[in-house]
Amino acid sequence: MSPREPQLSISTAPFLNSGLGTRRLMWEVVFALVPVVAAATWFFGLAAILVVLATCAGALGAERLLVPGRGAAGSLRDGSALTTGLLLALTLPPSIPLWMAALGGAVGIGLGKLIWGGLGQNLFNPALVGRAFLQAAFPGALTTWTAPGRGLWNLADGTLALPFARAGVDITTTATPLGLAKFDGRVTDPGALLLGNTAGSLGETAAVVLIVCGLYLGLRRVFDWRLAVSTLATVAVASQALHLLRPDDYPGAAFMLLSGGLLFGAVFMVTDPVTSPITPRGAWIFGCGVGLLVVLIRLFGGLPEGVMYAILLMNGVTPLINRYTQPRRFGA
Amino acid sequence: MNPLHALTGLPTFRHGIHPDDMKELTRSLAIERMPFSAEYVLPLSQHTGAPSRPLVGPGARVERGQLIAAADGYVSTALHAPVTGTVRGIELRPHPTGKQLPAIVIDIDPFDSQRVRGIAPRDWDALTPDEISEAVQAAGLVGLGGAAFPSHVKLHVPEGKHVQFVILNGCECEPYLTCDHRVMVERAPDVVLGLRKIMRLTGAERGYIGVELNKPDAIEALTAALDGDGAIEVVPLEVKYPQGAEKMLIDAIFHREVPSGKLPLDLEVVVHNIGTAVALVDLVRSGIPLIERIVTVTGPGVRRPANLVVPVGTLLREVLEYCGGLHDATRQVILGGPMMGMAQKSLDVPIVKGVSGVLALTEPAPMIEEEPCIRCGRCLEACPMFLNPSRLSLLVRGEQSDALSTLGMLDCCECASCSFVCPSHIPLVHLMRVGKAMVRQSAKS
Repeated sequence: MSPREPQLSISTAPFLNSGLGTRRLMWEVVFALVPVVAAATWFFGLAAILVVLATCAGALGAERLLVPGRGAAGSLRDGSALTTGLLLALTLPPSIPLWMAALGGAVGIGLGKLIWGGLGQNLFNPALVGRAFLQAAFPGALTTWTAPGRGLWNLADGTLALPFARAGVDITTTATPLGLAKFDGRVTDPGALLLGNTAGSLGETAAVVLIVCGLYLGLRRVFDWRLAVSTLATVAVASQALHLLRPDDYPGAAFMLLSGGLLFGAVFMVTDPVTSPITPRGAWIFGCGVGLLVVLIRLFGGLPEGVMYAILLMNGVTPLINRYTQPRRFGA
Repeated sequence: MNPLHALTGLPTFRHGIHPDDMKELTRSLAIERMPFSAEYVLPLSQHTGAPSRPLVGPGARVERGQLIAAADGYVSTALHAPVTGTVRGIELRPHPTGKQLPAIVIDIDPFDSQRVRGIAPRDWDALTPDEISEAVQAAGLVGLGGAAFPSHVKLHVPEGKHVQFVILNGCECEPYLTCDHRVMVERAPDVVLGLRKIMRLTGAERGYIGVELNKPDAIEALTAALDGDGAIEVVPLEVKYPQGAEKMLIDAIFHREVPSGKLPLDLEVVVHNIGTAVALVDLVRSGIPLIERIVTVTGPGVRRPANLVVPVGTLLREVLEYCGGLHDATRQVILGGPMMGMAQKSLDVPIVKGVSGVLALTEPAPMIEEEPCIRCGRCLEACPMFLNPSRLSLLVRGEQSDALSTLGMLDCCECASCSFVCPSHIPLVHLMRVGKAMVRQSAKS
């Protein structure tokens, strides 16, 4: 043996780990969001990029300002504030004024996460808290939809509006597929829904992109696939059953699955580990609950869309679900 | 039943993890005997239970295989001189557990042949079960899988109990380790013989040898050694950690769960390690007590990995030196496997009876900063005992020992699967160990 003995360090077992870290999980989600942002830009132009930048600036700014210490980059390094910003942007209408988007990002991080004690402590999905805040504060801007395909450089007048200034009036608005179905009884062609050539929030329209991203994240075990699968399966079964009972009043499963924010929510929001149950059985219950609430709100409520409220409501009962689905101990 | 069973057709337990097995370093290296060294250190405590009671003092001349410390109580065992030489004294020496513990230190007699003298095999067939249990205790035999539980206790069937099945544990599910693998390949007939002996001692009707599928040569050798014996079955198992944990192995073979707080004996099963069975065969054949064991010396930090016969009490330094020494990049030396072993601060610790591996790692210790729990639930799906390590860890930190015990803290087998999978790098199994101590402490007071 060499006369110079190596300096041995002491730690407790195990001396191996799976190599998976929370940071990598966050970056996997960010990576999976890239095609969604690309699709949003394709359909809604530069506004998509600007809204993403605005919500991320709001989210990262709030995180940086409100969390003291932890080095130069502070808690920004864990990637969770960036993820919140990205997710929020993709749930917003393309014509939203940028200042509102930034405010939503800041509220999502501040009231959605930090006030609870930071990463891992929050009860509700931070991005959806930000969106719920915007929906309550600016109902008009949050329900104004522009048609896709108006060109890359075409911005809605309101996009660059100053805070609290009255938005331009010449905006060409249209209705989302869910709005058309609910208020006009017109069901959009599933082909258009798959491709995303419809009105809606930035990230929710291109179903085929969302399906691919969901498969990527699920197969790489980034999220608990049970959550997404149970949510989608519940919506499919419940809505198809209603459709068979009264085909004229209720749209079928394909329309329900592909329209609105359901796929985006099932892939990116329901699967947030922090705000969904920790137990596998709890994950099934959570997903079923979200699915039932989505069907209930969409078909029987006053709103055309209910994914956000469905997820937030189920977030609220997650601790209860955890309590009643603790695993049966081996040999018990 | 796990849906995976249906796909692979291989029995296994539920949950668990799939670390790389890292066994290619030593899996095809034949067992070799390392030469004697100058000094041997024999801690009085190298088994589960009460430390042995020393019978020799400074200056005493001891013969290889001679009794030097006796069992002190029923759950305790004897200790023997691994070499012929002189007792230097009973000194406080570094122990693999990190403590300084009393040990008998022996200087070898450099001029002795180191032949075992004056020990003859006994006629085991003529002994009663009680006498056999005493003889096994007097030979210092312990479970060689790692926990070093005195073997005579498990070989003795208590009044009113009945043993139907004996399982030999050849899973060796810890990554890197190959000593059991080599024993099964090189000494398959003795493994089978050992199983037959244990079956006869306990009155069991059937025997099983559980081997993970990453050791096909062992499965082949054992099957050949059975020679059509219908009472024994070699069971190939899925490669999954911790397949070798007693309760997991029973679940895999019988699809039955050992009830919480109970022993395999309550299901009329006993489980012994492969190495223990072979050590029993050696004892019966030669009468020589347990004075050496097989150790896998491996890892990226070792220049010449090997499977070695090492006399009990050999210093870790000597073992590493025989294997060509450590690479300068070595950062950690571990006794045991990478999942459940213990990191060593000093190379002056002895190889005790429970050490199955010496592992030298070149990666810096995983000192990754702990991050908040994101409740991903990976630990729940890894835990083979179906516990909730995430919740338990919070309760340990809050010192809620009553809640801990109702949530099954003591069921934890410390396999470290939870720590392995945790993306937030929370030292879960460490907290589980603290929690178990907390529950035991509050039960006492």
